[in-house]
Amino acid sequence: MSNKPTFNHCAFPILLLAPQLLITFIFFIWPAAQAVWQSTLLEDPFGLSTEFVGGENFTELLGDASYYRSFLTTLLFSFSVAGIALLSALVLAVMADRVIKGAAGYKTLLVWPYAVAPAVAGVLWLFMFNPTVGVLAHALKAMGLDWNPFIHSGDAMTMVIIAATWKQISYNFLFFLAGLQSIPRSLVEAAAIDGAGPVKRFFTIIFPLLSPTSFFLLVVNLVYAFFETFGVIHAMTQGGPGQSTTTLVYKVYADGFVGLNMGSSAAQSVVLMILVGALTVIQFKYVEKKVAY
Amino acid sequence: MKTQRLTALSSALLLASFSANATTEIEWWHAMGGNLGEKVNEIAEKFNASQDDYSVKPVYKGNYTETMTGAVSAFRANKQPHIVQVFEVGTATMMSAKGAVYPVYELMENANVPFDQSDYLSSVTGYYSDEDGNMLSMPFNSSTPVLYYNKDLFAKAGVNPPKTWEEVEQVSEKLLANGAQCGFTTGWQSWVQIENLGARHNAPIATNDNGFSSVDNKMLINQSPFVDHIAKMADWQQAGIFEYGGRRSDSAPLFYSGECAMYMNSSASYAGVRESVKDFEFGVAKLPYWDKAVEQPRNTIIGGATLWVLQGHESEEYKGVAQFFSFLSQPEIQADWHQFTGYLPITHDAYELSKKQGFYAKNPGTDIAIKQMTEVEPTPASKGIRLGNFVQIRDVINEELETVWSGDQSAQEALDEAVERANGLLSKFAKANQ
Repeated sequence: MSNKPTFNHCAFPILLLAPQLLITFIFFIWPAAQAVWQSTLLEDPFGLSTEFVGGENFTELLGDASYYRSFLTTLLFSFSVAGIALLSALVLAVMADRVIKGAAGYKTLLVWPYAVAPAVAGVLWLFMFNPTVGVLAHALKAMGLDWNPFIHSGDAMTMVIIAATWKQISYNFLFFLAGLQSIPRSLVEAAAIDGAGPVKRFFTIIFPLLSPTSFFLLVVNLVYAFFETFGVIHAMTQGGPGQSTTTLVYKVYADGFVGLNMGSSAAQSVVLMILVGALTVIQFKYVEKKVAY
Repeated sequence: MKTQRLTALSSALLLASFSANATTEIEWWHAMGGNLGEKVNEIAEKFNASQDDYSVKPVYKGNYTETMTGAVSAFRANKQPHIVQVFEVGTATMMSAKGAVYPVYELMENANVPFDQSDYLSSVTGYYSDEDGNMLSMPFNSSTPVLYYNKDLFAKAGVNPPKTWEEVEQVSEKLLANGAQCGFTTGWQSWVQIENLGARHNAPIATNDNGFSSVDNKMLINQSPFVDHIAKMADWQQAGIFEYGGRRSDSAPLFYSGECAMYMNSSASYAGVRESVKDFEFGVAKLPYWDKAVEQPRNTIIGGATLWVLQGHESEEYKGVAQFFSFLSQPEIQADWHQFTGYLPITHDAYELSKKQGFYAKNPGTDIAIKQMTEVEPTPASKGIRLGNFVQIRDVINEELETVWSGDQSAQEALDEAVERANGLLSKFAKANQ
């Protein structure tokens, strides 16, 4: 066998790649380029008068204190959601993995929330946490807590984190369970024979073997918390009270869609694009090194 | 049997498609959900049945914000509807979109449809007219804030509906002493507690007569009476007199459940209140004013929405739009819409007709809104508000007020911050529209 390339000229491979390239171009490169172009413009909503302002939208953004606040909000929100969703899914998966009787029933129940659309999940939890009509809110008030997510930013943040996490646990659970079930029993049994207790077995054998799954889920969860929680926030708090639950993605919507401030909104989405790129690089460059496949 | 029904169905469909082809279709995007949406469909059907040339097709596009931004992006993509319902905060944006909007007075003129601006309530049209007094959009659903109160709780405490904010405080204290859990709550806090507070006290919320005479404006809400009022509300919140329930009409359940004895919101909430209040009698009163701050309270200003016509269609289609507008303004249609929803009657004739039909006698309180709006001559500060980026400015005001309710900022700090942030948005708008 030779090491020569299978294709002698480049037309054929490009032809094979064309559909994928076309899709990438239409759905990613083109809109991304438009966002970059738009971010340099000052425009009225209808696009009747357009003025090129260069980097002004960006300098304005960087001088805006509320943008930094939204940055911190996003970090707090995303890492809380990813952290709690991963941890609780792992606990549930470990427990479900041990269940013998009625395992299918438990698993089905645990997977259910994933089928719920984000906005629906938001409304569902909002009903329970609504200070006027909510069941959970009444319980919290009965415990002497002054629960009111319409006023208290901490309450609002807790509420959106719970709703966003609840939805993601099922997804993580599925992957963790599959990961757990693919771990060879013989390894665990051998360790047991050598005298390792359940905790030691988990941290020295099971968890390291789960690391590819965990890493994949970490990336997926952060992306989820960053981008797909819009529906939850929109349905529950609309970014309030104050701006305490306005994440970066929500701010793009609020400024661009509600405020019709296209330039700033485009600039924000460009910043987001760069951020996500950077985040992915960091994850694959540094975190992946700690993953054993 | 089955085939028979099938043929009947398909021939009906065929007929429907034929008749649809024969008429010119006019698309109308609106933000009226639920009962209101059904009423909108009913109005369109009535119009379609009244003549053979045009058929109006109402399309529900979500809430006001979604409808407006939907129309804006549709315009950019050349897929705009003929008519779009835009809420009052979008007025400045629509007015500045000169090439996108077909002014209503021009439309009626070009289509040769009789149209007399003086038929409409000046307190409504004033909001939507240009410097020369020409109507740019078609009034449709205008409302103004009023005070709903729980008659049972009031009777129990032996109090009368308050006229002034001073009385709101006294009445609330008595209500709380007699078993009420909270004195009052409010919907749309920026509209009711800032914008209308200003109008009622003849205090503009922004320079240049609330933006009527210029696009380059500054906010004025970090002074009296706004700061005093918000500070007082913060105190009242501590005392249990006021309870905050959310930005839009999320506070309504507090009133429906009998928790709060008073509820300030749009006159158009009437239908919802009537439907949702089951366990007690409710009454309607005027929006309070500060006795110490003003001798003669002014009119309140409107909210709600108007119909804007967008450019870019055939002139034949615009004739249909003009006919539809003249149909909409008929006293019967308007009076029906007004009585069903609680929105204001937009023409004098519709008001007179409602009176004649005995509607106000049968539904006490439903004329409060219109009286409150028309009893005094509007001043420049109570004529309306025309600020660019107003949708965002309202959000800013909402956000800053929420920091007052949570105790994070004082009224003065929050309103200073609101002014600073809103001024940034205003200067941006001025820059983009000069």
